Amino acid sequence: MGKETPMADELEKGPWPSFVKQIKRAAKKHPSANDLLNVVELSYKDKVTHWKHGGIVGVTGYGGGVIGRYSDVPEKFPNIAAFHTFRVNHPSGWFYTTKKLRQICDVWEKYGSGLTNFHGSTGDIILLGSPTENLQPCFDALSGIGFDLGGSGSVLRTPTGCVGPARCEWSCIDTLNLIYDLTMEFQDELHRPRWPYKFKIKASGCPNDCVAAIARADFTIIGTWRDSLRIDQDAVREYAEGGLNVEKLVVGKCPTGALEWDEKARELKLKPQECVRCMHCINKMPKALRPGLDCGATILIGGKAPILKGANLSWVLIPFIKLEPPYTEIKDLLLKIWDWWDEHGRTRERVAELIQRLGLKTFLRAVGIKPVPQMVNQPRANPYVFF
Amino acid sequence: MAKTDIGPPDFREMLPEVIKKNYGKWKYHEILKPGVLKHVSETGDELYTVRTGSPRLMSVDSVRDICDIADKYCDGHLRFTSRYNIEFMTPDKNKVDPLIEEVGKLGLPVGGTGKCITNVVHTQGWIHCHSAATDASAVVKAIMDEFYDHFTNMKLPAQLRISLACCINMCGAVHCSDLAVVGVHTKPPRVDHEHLHALCEIPTTIASCPTGAIRRHSDKEVKSVEVREELCMYCGNCFTVCPAMPLADPDGDGVAIYAGGKVSNARKPPMFSRLIVPFLPNNPPRWPELVSTLKKIVGVYAEHAQEDERMGEWIQRVGWETFFRLTDIPFTEQHIDDFTHAVETYRTTTQFRW
Repeated sequence: MGKETPMADELEKGPWPSFVKQIKRAAKKHPSANDLLNVVELSYKDKVTHWKHGGIVGVTGYGGGVIGRYSDVPEKFPNIAAFHTFRVNHPSGWFYTTKKLRQICDVWEKYGSGLTNFHGSTGDIILLGSPTENLQPCFDALSGIGFDLGGSGSVLRTPTGCVGPARCEWSCIDTLNLIYDLTMEFQDELHRPRWPYKFKIKASGCPNDCVAAIARADFTIIGTWRDSLRIDQDAVREYAEGGLNVEKLVVGKCPTGALEWDEKARELKLKPQECVRCMHCINKMPKALRPGLDCGATILIGGKAPILKGANLSWVLIPFIKLEPPYTEIKDLLLKIWDWWDEHGRTRERVAELIQRLGLKTFLRAVGIKPVPQMVNQPRANPYVFF
Repeated sequence: MAKTDIGPPDFREMLPEVIKKNYGKWKYHEILKPGVLKHVSETGDELYTVRTGSPRLMSVDSVRDICDIADKYCDGHLRFTSRYNIEFMTPDKNKVDPLIEEVGKLGLPVGGTGKCITNVVHTQGWIHCHSAATDASAVVKAIMDEFYDHFTNMKLPAQLRISLACCINMCGAVHCSDLAVVGVHTKPPRVDHEHLHALCEIPTTIASCPTGAIRRHSDKEVKSVEVREELCMYCGNCFTVCPAMPLADPDGDGVAIYAGGKVSNARKPPMFSRLIVPFLPNNPPRWPELVSTLKKIVGVYAEHAQEDERMGEWIQRVGWETFFRLTDIPFTEQHIDDFTHAVETYRTTTQFRW
């Protein structure tokens, strides 16, 4: 290894799996990983990053998918002077065969640092650190084993969804198929930047929202149902007899008072018209309660992190929509939204910020959606009304 | 040349047989013990999942190690969660204990289910990012070493999601987490007048500032910009579009803590995390000031919240004034919002606690 790395070494201690051990393991085969260990040590000493700003790199035919990265101390660490990152589009639901994973490992051992993230925050497989001359051959090899790049820059970012019907009884929509279908449909939008800024799509199968779609996606799809949730009274009684305080922990926590526990009959009663499908009671008694059968999704718009004008949670756009392949209505809606945003958006203006600037009313007209009360927490209080 | 636009592999090719057979037919699940899930299908089939933590940054040899386990116990399939946990799945109950033993040999903790602190969603930090105001991997390692038992147990009032973003770009979208750690700068950018005109587009740079603090250089001969420092809140957005405006500083950079956010709709609607600690220093390699503050907050929450109450739900019930009192965290002028939606956060009732 050559140089001493006392602070990084300290992070090999403790019970949680150590990323430093991972870097050292990669360093046995890759000089770049050894340089990475040392530059991280330098950052711990200097208390600043040693990566330079940006730099445009890529592979033929694409406008994104590779993040350019250069060291600001290349003379000290020549093996990571250029240390670019691939974003590789994951299979829906992050399921893998070991055969496919091993193929990725083999490619990355050959062309990169041998260091990966499964996965990055958006959901891509992250392959960390490749010199510029290896980018094209690495991409060719990835393509050869059936993988493609994810999104970066002002594109459709890699869509993601929760585990869905593959392993969850609550999923009201087929998140995996929907995400795969949209990803395949919009390959051009994913790979070639043309918009004011990034655009994210995420789908969660139920209102528990395990992929944080409402906070993290410009276009948020959350599974829900229109009829009544299903109750198996025998199973409810089993929970009660097993010691669950149904009155206090299920009925008492219902946000709308839609539930009632009949202690005498040992029966859980629901007023379906009062239920807002929050999932609490279902989460508490998965054997007894299930979402309804008339399933679809709520579509929301505008979720994002703070840059530029503050963070947003997505706003309700379509309270309920049936979602069946080939998802034509969703695709048409996305195209309308992108057209309007592309036409009116300023550089680096997310769709939510454009809606805030021009008004939700303007947006609804542009995409042809009629206002409904489900879109707002409350109507306006001020008298400054346009007709 | 390689084919382009082929997209990701079809997920259907990645699913284990038991999942293909029971796709969309799952009836219920239970958590048998921390880190072990049992899903039961309408068909009567069962699926056992063993969930483990991971350091996220993994060498390909370590990925091969987990593949070996999946080959041995899971018919060559595995999956990852949105929080970087690894899931080994098998229809055979008898394989669960040997699986747990095997992942233990790799040093992977089993847990991350139910009322726990699961893996920390985080960004790249000093491993890879040019705009990081703090590290990510080391801070997460320090935090999870401290909360290791909360990963392998389920003893909190509700699940507690911790996220970390190494700058306020918040690539990890940490703004809706029970506890969020955010790297922050506290010094304005240093404008490199000599190189700015060659590196940056001036109108884009000016437009990048959320508070309008950037304007053209007052000397028309200088093709550069000026920063009105009294308007700068160090977000670094100008640096994102213009490399000639660096603002990283060894002493000025550090971390802030936000609390009480969530994304689930269960009970109360999704909510943002709110600022509770404006600044703690970067203190590598283990950020002791940060870790001890988080430990204090988790302890107070665990002691006071009701069953099933997330951090934000508890704080809403008892009031922020109670939160600051119980945690001994000083309330400062930084806590009072002065950005776009500030007035919505000012109290408009005489109802409050002492």
